[in-house]
Amino acid sequence: MLELRSVAKRIGAFEIHEVSLRIPEGEYFVLLGPSGVGKTVLIELIAGIAKPDSGSIIWRGRDVTNDPPETRRFAVVYQDCALFPHMTVEKNLAYGLRRRPGEQAHRLEELALRYGIAHLLHRRPEGLSRGEQQRVAIARAVVGEPELLLLDEPFASLDPNSRMRFRTEIKRIRSDPAGGNEQRKLTILHVTHDLEEAMSLGDRVGMMLDGTIRQCGSPQELFRKPSSREVADFLGMRNVFAVTYVREGVCKAGGLEIYAAEAVEPVSHVWIRPEEIVLSTNRFESSARNQFWGRVIDWDYSGPLIAVRVACSGLILSALITHASFEQLRLESGSEVCVTFKSSSVHTF
Amino acid sequence: MKYRTSLFELCLALMGTLVVLFIVAPLAGMLFATSATELKGAALDKQLTDSIRLTLGAGLVATAACSLGGIPLAYLLARKNFRGKALLLGVIDLPIIIPHSAAGVALLTLVGRRSFLSVIPGWQGLVGTFGGIAAAMAFVSVPYLVSSARLGFESVPVRLEKVARTLGASPTRVFFTISLPLAWRSILSGMILMWARGISEFGAVVVIAYYPMTAPVLVFERLNDYGLAQARSAAVLLILISVAILAVLRFLGRRPEHEENRRA
Repeated sequence: MLELRSVAKRIGAFEIHEVSLRIPEGEYFVLLGPSGVGKTVLIELIAGIAKPDSGSIIWRGRDVTNDPPETRRFAVVYQDCALFPHMTVEKNLAYGLRRRPGEQAHRLEELALRYGIAHLLHRRPEGLSRGEQQRVAIARAVVGEPELLLLDEPFASLDPNSRMRFRTEIKRIRSDPAGGNEQRKLTILHVTHDLEEAMSLGDRVGMMLDGTIRQCGSPQELFRKPSSREVADFLGMRNVFAVTYVREGVCKAGGLEIYAAEAVEPVSHVWIRPEEIVLSTNRFESSARNQFWGRVIDWDYSGPLIAVRVACSGLILSALITHASFEQLRLESGSEVCVTFKSSSVHTF
Repeated sequence: MKYRTSLFELCLALMGTLVVLFIVAPLAGMLFATSATELKGAALDKQLTDSIRLTLGAGLVATAACSLGGIPLAYLLARKNFRGKALLLGVIDLPIIIPHSAAGVALLTLVGRRSFLSVIPGWQGLVGTFGGIAAAMAFVSVPYLVSSARLGFESVPVRLEKVARTLGASPTRVFFTISLPLAWRSILSGMILMWARGISEFGAVVVIAYYPMTAPVLVFERLNDYGLAQARSAAVLLILISVAILAVLRFLGRRPEHEENRRA
């Protein structure tokens, strides 16, 4: 277990306040947040490269706050890879191995094969592609069998295709990082601003905003119950509205009384899942409690679904519908539509 | 691709040429005025060759001795921020702006017979010794080494050192395996610069030691005692040897293999 207890650090105008966090061993924890909220600083604090102004860092029950980085066995992979330019790939890999020179050659070869960089061993980093450099950087980080792997935006400078590939790969690497058939999964703390990356990789995700962790939970939990408007916004959640409480099961947003199964006092926001909103040209009989008339504003082809924005008594609702139903509805800007959703599609927080 | 040279660029080139000519003309004039026989005579002149050997040797000793302390100092200056750092940087550069005869006088208070170092039993002072010459050369030329090495260390991305630490390397190992090799070209060029500056020193050296005579002092004495022709052949030989050695060193230190260092 990695535990941060009220870790704080100030660097110039920039501050991390009192971050507390527990990451159980074997977990893939993703720290998600926009650029410039202190994610890299937090990584360097954990790695021991920087010292916190206050608070402590506990690893496996031992306080390591004042231990130098070389005794911690926490490996870091940076976005820019930070490969040693004056060494070949092989020497880069061997750098983390020095203590056990006996098995060196054998292990390096094995590792290079595992990471698909065997053909690069005698080249220098400058001639490698970004993806190749990233492989070398990850291989170098795990060669010394670290107890904790810290990834700082590791895929940010890769093109979208390689990014997808690396995501799959890191999942594979995770259960057996150095090819030693380890039973235990590697504990990973991964820092990113990429929502998709966080959701696809993290067992748990921590939302970091303004130098502090606002919320921790599984990706589902985060979407299900964002702790605040800012978190919901960063998660890109559509249809989040500030509401007032009317009575149990009902709250009011704009001019609409919305039935929400979960609504109990206190409630400040509702989130209506856009993919659970049905659009139709006629009112239809339905068990759904919420049915309103609205006018189409515009729409946006965002991948496999179309996001249609509808104005409903002062609220702007987004509905995600399939291309097929979009064609069937023959929507035009300004046309009237009926908006229907169940009270169970409305989440409150 | 063809492009037209603008009038402005032509003017720049013209004015720049004047500076180049100003450097080349005296050297070329001296070189052409010296016959091969004169040069051969100079090469066989034992007093001259001894003084050149003394000059090169003292410069080398000065550079080597200062490197021991100067390289660590440069590393600290590149990596650490502390109160009074700007002042310290200014102090290190002082020898460059002090008139060199004045620097020699100042140095006398350290290496002279009656300096505060005379608390050392048997202290005779370094005036008129090889050590004194090396000290004078070191004093006026060490800033070049420190600033060049500092720039070299600054160009090594801090992130590389951080990563090395997380891979299990101690600060000492990081210094010798990452920082030093990556800054080596700048350090070497600083050493060459320091050595070159040291061996060309006249003012500070002549204050500390007229004898044994370094080559610059000898050229000055020849000019005073025997006139231009004698001084000229000694000067040409001195210049030829210095330029040859510098060219070789620069060539050896050239390998531009890690110039692409990204800053972290």
